[in-house]
Amino acid sequence: MAQTAERENAVIRGLRRSPAVHLAEDFTRGSVSGVQGVTLREVPFLTMIGVRAAHGSAVWDRLGAVVGGLPERYGQVTGYTAAGGAGDSAGGAPGTAQGVSVLWLGPEEFLVIAPDAPDALDGGTFDGGAADGGAADGGAGGVSLLSGLLAALAGDPGQVVDLSSNRTTFELAGPSARAVLEKSCALDLHPREFTVGTAVNTQIGLIPAVLWRVDDDAFRIFPRASFADFLGRWLLDGMREFAAVEVH
Amino acid sequence: MLLFSCPNCGPRDETEFHYGGQAHVPYPKDADALTDKEWSEFLFYRDNTRGDFAERWVHSTGCRQWFNMLRDTVSYDIKAVYPMGDSRPDQPPADAAQTQQKGQQS
Ligand SMILES: [Zn+2]
Repeated sequence: MAQTAERENAVIRGLRRSPAVHLAEDFTRGSVSGVQGVTLREVPFLTMIGVRAAHGSAVWDRLGAVVGGLPERYGQVTGYTAAGGAGDSAGGAPGTAQGVSVLWLGPEEFLVIAPDAPDALDGGTFDGGAADGGAADGGAGGVSLLSGLLAALAGDPGQVVDLSSNRTTFELAGPSARAVLEKSCALDLHPREFTVGTAVNTQIGLIPAVLWRVDDDAFRIFPRASFADFLGRWLLDGMREFAAVEVH
Repeated sequence: MLLFSCPNCGPRDETEFHYGGQAHVPYPKDADALTDKEWSEFLFYRDNTRGDFAERWVHSTGCRQWFNMLRDTVSYDIKAVYPMGDSRPDQPPADAAQTQQKGQQS
């Protein structure tokens, strides 16, 4: 049984199409290198789990124990990094793009984001995406991240839902990444205000999206799947001017 | 573009919010006892105030939480932002029963 499920899982994973896969070449062509460079890519199929829990409740504590704590304030990202996590452009500190992160969406609503690991949602021992079977240290020993959270919920008031297909992930990076975003996002994105490790729900180019600064000049943007095409083209448009040779 | 100060997220563009109509319209204590006229007035009839107006707003593309706002319908001045269940800040506090409902989305 388990083997059949595993095989089916592998087949399904091979058939997946990410919401912006048709723009991959455009993203590569539109990316700019150099001192005013900016790059755009889709990071497909990240594991996303919606979590709701009343602040200070027993459920809050139990869910927090699975994912490294639930965020308590606007903009905060909590989480943990798997031991031996594979190298990622965004680094490996807790609460960054590697490992398991929990984004504050509202006072009692959170988004758990984890790598696209076959065992994040079902079966096996989830290890936070660590390469070559790194040690599991997520407090969810022996079960997937999703079932670990569901077990922690234990039917009490609250919510744990697999939302992985709801959004895709864009990574906008480079010295001009902030300048591109500032064209269509009204937030103050200056690093003194919007610090590394901050994530918020807002509007970018007239569509709702979660925006997360994972590094000084690297952002992850999470649009709903149906907005991915629009936002991808919109950001490419904003990147075009940086491909031109600067006139001195 | 107006800036609304969301109690959770701070100042945001008005386009991130949705309007929820007049605030402090209590649900009838015994809805079954109302006549059709009274029921329709509860459902559909609202004040059309010139000046300070208490209304409900939700931060749709942010924290998705509701709050109350006191807004001047002539100048669009935002006089106050206050939690659901609190009484109008420009009027004497309501009775204890209403204070107990603080935190509910009424
Ligand atoms: Zn808000």
